[in-house]
Amino acid sequence: MLGRTANGLYWMFRYIERAENSARLIDAGLRMSLTRSEATEDDWDGVLQSSGVRDIYDELYPNLTSADAIDFLLRDKANPSSVMSCIDTGRNNARMVRTALTRETWEATNECWLNLKSTLARRIKPADLPEVIDGIKRMTGLIRGAFHGTMLRNEIFNFSRIGTFIERADNTARILDVKYYVLLPAVSQVGSSIDNVQWESILRSVSAHRSYGWVYEAEYKPSNIADFLILNGRMPRSLAYCYDKIVSNLGYLAREYGEAHAAHATAEETLSSLRNHSIKDVMDQGLHEYIENFISHNNRLGEEISNGYRFN
Amino acid sequence: MLLALPLLLVSNDKKGDTPLAFDEMMNADNSPRQPYSTYNDWYAAQDKARLIAKSREAENIFRKTGITFAVYGHADSSEKLIPFDLIPRIISGREWRKLAQGIEQRVIALNAFLDDIYHKQEIIKAGRVPRELIERNVAFLPQMIGFRPPGGVYTHIVGTDIVRTGEDQFYVLEDNARTPSGVSYMLENRETMMQMFPELFHQNRVRPVENYPYLLRHSLASLAPPGCEGKPRVAVLTPGIYNSAYYEHAFLADMMGVELVEGSDLRVIDGKVKMRTTRGYEAIDVLYRRVDDDYLDPLTFKPESALGIPGIMDVYRAGNITIANAPGTGICDDKAIYSYMPEIVEFYTGRKALLENVPTWRCSEADSLKYVLENLADLVVKEVHGSGGYGMLVGPTASKKERTLFAEKLKARPANYIAQPTLSLSTVPILVNKGIAPRHVDLRPYVLVSDKVQIIPGGLTRVALKAGSLVVNSSQGGGTKDTWVLED
Repeated sequence: MLGRTANGLYWMFRYIERAENSARLIDAGLRMSLTRSEATEDDWDGVLQSSGVRDIYDELYPNLTSADAIDFLLRDKANPSSVMSCIDTGRNNARMVRTALTRETWEATNECWLNLKSTLARRIKPADLPEVIDGIKRMTGLIRGAFHGTMLRNEIFNFSRIGTFIERADNTARILDVKYYVLLPAVSQVGSSIDNVQWESILRSVSAHRSYGWVYEAEYKPSNIADFLILNGRMPRSLAYCYDKIVSNLGYLAREYGEAHAAHATAEETLSSLRNHSIKDVMDQGLHEYIENFISHNNRLGEEISNGYRFN
Repeated sequence: MLLALPLLLVSNDKKGDTPLAFDEMMNADNSPRQPYSTYNDWYAAQDKARLIAKSREAENIFRKTGITFAVYGHADSSEKLIPFDLIPRIISGREWRKLAQGIEQRVIALNAFLDDIYHKQEIIKAGRVPRELIERNVAFLPQMIGFRPPGGVYTHIVGTDIVRTGEDQFYVLEDNARTPSGVSYMLENRETMMQMFPELFHQNRVRPVENYPYLLRHSLASLAPPGCEGKPRVAVLTPGIYNSAYYEHAFLADMMGVELVEGSDLRVIDGKVKMRTTRGYEAIDVLYRRVDDDYLDPLTFKPESALGIPGIMDVYRAGNITIANAPGTGICDDKAIYSYMPEIVEFYTGRKALLENVPTWRCSEADSLKYVLENLADLVVKEVHGSGGYGMLVGPTASKKERTLFAEKLKARPANYIAQPTLSLSTVPILVNKGIAPRHVDLRPYVLVSDKVQIIPGGLTRVALKAGSLVVNSSQGGGTKDTWVLED
């Protein structure tokens, strides 16, 4: 396969994943502003930081309002992580690698783009937001469904999956990076309503507020939330789950190509750290340091994959 | 403009003073012409509202699939659809055989001409074509002098633009011998028609066009260079996703099952052109390039080109890659050369050209220039190197002021222009809200050249969608039709 094609697949799926994540962050932000009567600018600050675009926002808008923040996250072309920008970039990559995609996968991607281009042509009224966000989740879900249902399980599939999970791990880690302090035992006053809202918001940002209840029996406890998002191998947005998938997809490539790269060692090392530590170890080591370290390793892995497989 | 074609249809349906154009579907007495008789029965039995609905359905299929082209220079440089009309253009087997013979003769002559002007230049020595017309032409590449491509084939893929004015009257409007586009529309139009109206293909014996990608791949592979080891590896070279014809490049690579590469994927290593794969660099033997000559090799042509491959011309000349079409083929489809085509065909095939040229005045010649200036109101004047129908004057529809301004341009640089009469071009009906209405059409059949000449039975029919419109170019509001060649 062309190195450029592998690169295109990897980024196509990173951007589609990111689009979904941006939509989910907006959703969590909206929810928070509904459940609280106090000023919510701080909440949107957290959302913008989790999305990694607070700086760009400040350059473009005089002050932080929820209406501007939502518009910025949803449809601002100046924001490379806005839903519209991500779908645009994702679809451009899909066009570039079109010969590697099944017709179904391409059409789902193209339809998502055509739809959002018209839906997001204007500012969205607050009353229409829930429907628009649902639509985004549904359409990215269709891309994923078409991809899983029709693509051959070959190197094309592997590069796509690796892109998806590197992006997802980055997203989850970033949410933790911004909100880590509410999960620290020292700071939190267990049971206060403010904490409950904050915790729920974290879980909502990764669509896990319901599944958390099934695994940890409804009681919000910071160390359990951290455990769920970092170490739980059954939670599809946890760091451990993402790395399990990255390692297995890299493994298929190594077997098919008959050679491994630096990326393989890096990914395996991260996975074994996620498998062999308890959440207590992580907390003792320092949650913030752990997450920062993870993010930098995750970035390095991306570069190693790009070098090993001649993306550029 | 995916169909990046310098195409102009000329006509003279001025109200009242001229006979109506030849209609390919209906006779003057409103009975169907023979090739349309079966189709006409089917059409008469159709619910018109259903046909309109089908027409929208077709548009959705095209949009969903992303069969689009980019329009350069639009503020929102978004992708546009080329409108598809669902009434087919039908050509009888007899008509086709006649056309095919003429096209084959012409394509053989084009290749012989190219080989001659890059070698002995006998046609110049014989005084049939002026030397300066060749050697001062930007499309003439000195780098090709003395070099013969694998198999002696210069134009692997040709799209001959043909117009019709009567029952037996066909003219060649242009020979597209560089990188003719539009073949993906031929294939998608057929696919769409078969999906929407399968019964039509039971009732009519329509010759298939679907095997084009297969024929193209085999035709390309059969002309692998001498330096090719093992099975020839074919790739399609595209300028990238922002090119107006990108959809077609991806489509053809996909249908042929070959890599779609960009200049940045390729590099010359050890005297071979190689592509960067996830496993390392791998050699390419045949490159079907959809990049213009000028951009092919920054070491040889435009140094600023980022689309090409530095050094590919050296690899080419060393016999280690086949480039299709060969660089320098533009010299044979140049508008200035066009007027010499009857002589060229006769010179190399020893027979009169079976297909006629549209009569053409070369404004570089004083007598012709005088005639053209005196008759501007009746002529169509084109730029020799223009494409897309922008740099031209359509005399009959231009205002007096436009003609005066154009006359000045003509006098300033006469050699830059040719002029042709207006012809009453044939029409085929399109579906409109009130039923059907005739519109002007042209035809681009696709020709593959290897050790043989293969003409795909069908091609791309372009249709002017506005009543009385002369221009079918897709960048100026033209549409397309499925083109049927019947088995008879």
